[in-house]
Amino acid sequence: MNATSSEVLYRAEGVSKRFPGALVLDGVDFILRRGEVHALLGENGAGKSTLIKCLTGAYRRDGGTLLLDGESIDPRGTQEAQGLGIGTVYQEINLLPNLSVADNLFLGRQPRRFGLVSTAAMRRAARGILAGYGLDIDVAADLGSFSVAIQQLIAIARAVNLSGKVLILDEPTASLDAQEVGTLFAVVRDLRARGLGIVFITHFLDQVFEIADRITVLRNGRLVGSKPTAEMSRVELVTMMLGRALEQETHSRAPQPEISGAAVAEFKGFGKAGKIAPFDLTVRAGEVIGVAGLLGSGRTETAEVLFGVERADSGEARVGAKAVSLTSPRAAVAQGFGFCPEDRKTSGIIADLSLRENIALALQARRGWSRPLSRREQNALADRYIQALDIRTSDREKPVGLLSGGNQQKAILARWLALNPSFLILDEPTRGIDVGAHAEIIRLIEGLCAAGMSLLVISSELEELVVYSTRILVLRDRAHVAELTGSDLTPDQIVHAIAADGSGQAGA
Amino acid sequence: MHFKHDFRTLFAGATLLAAVAAPPALAAEMTIGFSQIGSESGWRAAETTLTKLQAEERGINLKFADAQQKQENQIKAVRSFIAQGVDAILLAPVVATGWDAVLEEAKDAEIPVVLLDRTVDARDDLYMTAVTSDLVHEGRVAGQWLTDSVAGKDCNVVELQGTTGSSPAIDRKNGFEQAIADHANLKIIRSQTGDFTRAKGKEVMESFIKAENGGRNICALYAHNDDMAVGAIQAIKEAGLKPGQDILVVSIDAVPDIFQAMAAGEANATVELTPNMAGPAFDVLEAFFKDGILPPKWIQTESKLFTQNDDPLKIYEEKKNLGY
Amino acid sequence: MIAAAQAALRRFVPQLIALATILALNALVFPGFFDIEFQNGRLYGSVVDVLNRGAPVALLAIGMTLVIATKGIDLSVGAVMAIAGAVVAATVAGGASLATALLFAAAAGIACGLWNGFLVAVLGMQPIVATLILMVAGRGIAQLITEGAILTFNHQGLIFIGSGAFAGLPMPVLIWLALGAAVTLAVRRSALGMLIEATGINRRASTLCGINSLVLLLAVYAVSGFCAAVAGVIIAADIKGADANNAGLWLELDAILAVVIGGTSLLGGRFSIVASLLGAMIIQSINTGILLSGFPPEFNLIIKAAIIVVILVMQSPAVQTLYDFLRSPSEVPTETPRQLPGEAEAPESLGRPQ
Repeated sequence: MNATSSEVLYRAEGVSKRFPGALVLDGVDFILRRGEVHALLGENGAGKSTLIKCLTGAYRRDGGTLLLDGESIDPRGTQEAQGLGIGTVYQEINLLPNLSVADNLFLGRQPRRFGLVSTAAMRRAARGILAGYGLDIDVAADLGSFSVAIQQLIAIARAVNLSGKVLILDEPTASLDAQEVGTLFAVVRDLRARGLGIVFITHFLDQVFEIADRITVLRNGRLVGSKPTAEMSRVELVTMMLGRALEQETHSRAPQPEISGAAVAEFKGFGKAGKIAPFDLTVRAGEVIGVAGLLGSGRTETAEVLFGVERADSGEARVGAKAVSLTSPRAAVAQGFGFCPEDRKTSGIIADLSLRENIALALQARRGWSRPLSRREQNALADRYIQALDIRTSDREKPVGLLSGGNQQKAILARWLALNPSFLILDEPTRGIDVGAHAEIIRLIEGLCAAGMSLLVISSELEELVVYSTRILVLRDRAHVAELTGSDLTPDQIVHAIAADGSGQAGA
Repeated sequence: MHFKHDFRTLFAGATLLAAVAAPPALAAEMTIGFSQIGSESGWRAAETTLTKLQAEERGINLKFADAQQKQENQIKAVRSFIAQGVDAILLAPVVATGWDAVLEEAKDAEIPVVLLDRTVDARDDLYMTAVTSDLVHEGRVAGQWLTDSVAGKDCNVVELQGTTGSSPAIDRKNGFEQAIADHANLKIIRSQTGDFTRAKGKEVMESFIKAENGGRNICALYAHNDDMAVGAIQAIKEAGLKPGQDILVVSIDAVPDIFQAMAAGEANATVELTPNMAGPAFDVLEAFFKDGILPPKWIQTESKLFTQNDDPLKIYEEKKNLGY
Repeated sequence: MIAAAQAALRRFVPQLIALATILALNALVFPGFFDIEFQNGRLYGSVVDVLNRGAPVALLAIGMTLVIATKGIDLSVGAVMAIAGAVVAATVAGGASLATALLFAAAAGIACGLWNGFLVAVLGMQPIVATLILMVAGRGIAQLITEGAILTFNHQGLIFIGSGAFAGLPMPVLIWLALGAAVTLAVRRSALGMLIEATGINRRASTLCGINSLVLLLAVYAVSGFCAAVAGVIIAADIKGADANNAGLWLELDAILAVVIGGTSLLGGRFSIVASLLGAMIIQSINTGILLSGFPPEFNLIIKAAIIVVILVMQSPAVQTLYDFLRSPSEVPTETPRQLPGEAEAPESLGRPQ
């Protein structure tokens, strides 16, 4: 790790921000030094995003001072902050996918000749910039034709090129695989060596310890502490973030009993051409079936075929002893299935509706439009789950879009639990949510399973998967390739199964 | 309409004569192409019906093309008429500009073009003549009728204008104002657009009545078309007044429904915008082909006044099958 | 309950203020604006005219609100009015009974709506494009039925629907009030309102919840078609004739405007039919005020546009924020963010509800 330079680049003192009804930042100090990667951590709702937005001028702070290179600044917008040298790359890349890479890099400041954009000059310059990041791609191609990882690098390149002093990365690794994370970190290290100050926000603690020089933790809008990474242990960090020791960190896996109960649902030769090869699956009462595989291996596709989002074109499904046809989510719900999709924002929450309505929605849809849940029933339902799942909200009428990611995830879970499903599918239930909510959701999965519900859980976090799964399906190249049970339920075995040669049978 | 009958007899005689006396080539019936705008109003439909009727009566082979409100369709139709070698072309132009090229082609092919109902912005040697009504004159006839009927008594007039900015609205307003200009007893107290529609005519008349002491201040209504007058008559009745007596109603166009209203004593007068534009056009074409007589550049159709004394029910029966 | 009623009332405050202001302006340019007389068995006055003449836009706004709530738009309502008017006129002119004629007109409107719904929900066309088709073609269909002319009729029963009165109020007023109340109750007393809002905000998520969004969209467009048909019948009955060329011309835009003034977002989601009806009355108050004012007709559109710009600016998020800001000193509660519990409740208490 580099010796941390002591030269202060960007200093925020006593930053406060108030929203109607809540003080979300309360006198937070933050110091970013030149040539340092500074991880900003905290549970959802801790105030990370708000602090970032105050630092970049996206929000006007209500109090406190900002000093860049020792001079007081007061950016009135992200544009002004960019001009001062502060660039930001968000998790949802906000570039234009239907413009070329070069256009995106130079958007709003294209090199001009005789008043016209000089495409050739722009492409030349774009290639030059990207070469500095080890990227040799066709800069004339649409941005959208590249992977998320490359788009992320392009967004970083644009931000650094525009600003050049401070780079803020807001969950840049959320949708990247391990190799892509490696590439990104190489770029980050290079930028650090060039003397930039980099603020790094993530939920992955491993990544924090891998790359950050210093860690600042926020909780409830207040500064908890700031320390060099070298002086911080994992346990200390988690304790700072949660204000309590995390049970899950020390949770050791008890051997899962084999479940041989009655089949809740049975699928034979079930599949859809081009999405997922036909597979057999028997779901027994009270078991958790884990699903592992790399991105694009067919995990989400498996869930979507099971839930009728994609109509299966082969095989048959049985619920109880009866053959059923799962032609739509509605049909699947009627069979007692539930599904929490991977992408909360586009497929899960109804952002403008209240927490109450979001929780009541699936139950209402099953009852049909003519048998409305009364307001009192909805209130009772919402209150029950707000309490049971510990959903943090000022009240049940708050639009669910205003809640943090973890609480949104809990709201969607509540929506399905209200239906009391016999078979619940969870696609990446812990992605993008904070550590505390993470642990709670894992405990929740275990609790549901103990109560006799069957679950199918898709997750890329293998450590987590082996904790609660009764057995694990391993997917590769849009096909189910192995099933792990008993003593094979370890991350190592999963990795082996994923990595196994396609011709041989992996696992036991 | 009265001249039509006379002419028909005359013309039938002429064809007979020609058939007996002239070589077969000359006796061949005349072929005329007619490019119509479309059928956007009842009046337009009546014009089409009457044109076909006139052609049939005169033994003219009429080639009809409906342009559906599009100039390019009209240009195509005219070109196709030229290609077919018709004897003459009737054109009811949808817009005023953009005709020079195609009219030039017709001229080169020595096919006379007669414009119906509207004129174009083109050199006047590119067409033979234009048969149109004089919109200002129509307004004048309506105003004249009103000045004559009130005979010096004070009279407050409300006016239902056509679509704001359209030439019929502007011209019919001007003509009416000219006619009443020297009569201090006639005064337009309210003037508002009714968009040439029944529904708006009714709505606006309702507001006129409310605004003018329950209609008691209003002595006459002048509507730029009959449809608005028909709507306004309903509004007057619903306000508990007698249209045609408490409030005089004069309008323009002479569509069938206004004759029904006149028969019921609810409308007083209308000025005809004749849909028979083709009659005069065929007249000049026949005179040209027979005797080589070149007509004047503008043929004004008659703006005939109809009142309750003109046996409105009979005219209604005559008109109602014309497709209005 | 009282709090809920207050919240609902607060929702209508901007519309009520706008309406009151315009009515006051009307009284200023025409002092007799609020005069109401009873004659010929019905109430008679400018305010009644506003309610009566606003009927077509109010009716269209009912259906349009639901369509817009699903993130759609229905440009075809004006043309559907013309079709329904033509159908009802042709049917009574053919000697059929009033009930048959009304049934045919309603069926025509619902069929048009289902067509739109089919294009949007099943074929996945963008609503603005899908309904544009019928907007253009519909008027042609109506013209085919009327053969290009104004198809007049003299059926007293039908005419009564357009210009008759019951209990002192013109029939069109009673019809839009009744239909507005019926549809409002239907969507709010059932779960339809919530399902429509959910579908409009996030159709994919709603479908994944098990909502039958396909049938829901079809139904919403059908309701819009039905409302347009009712408006078309009223407008034809009012002038005793079906004017295929002009009936409902451009009214789709007034209907959309009424919904927008009513505060329903064109992006779908939260909707209020009552607010849209207030929006329709606001528009008609402006129209009637202009007619009564006696200004030359050249100013009609400018005055209307200027007033509507003012209303929309007053309702814009920027002005609302400013308004909230000016009020804030007395209103901001001094609460701090909720503290996390020292120990998260263990979810074993969760059990399985129900």
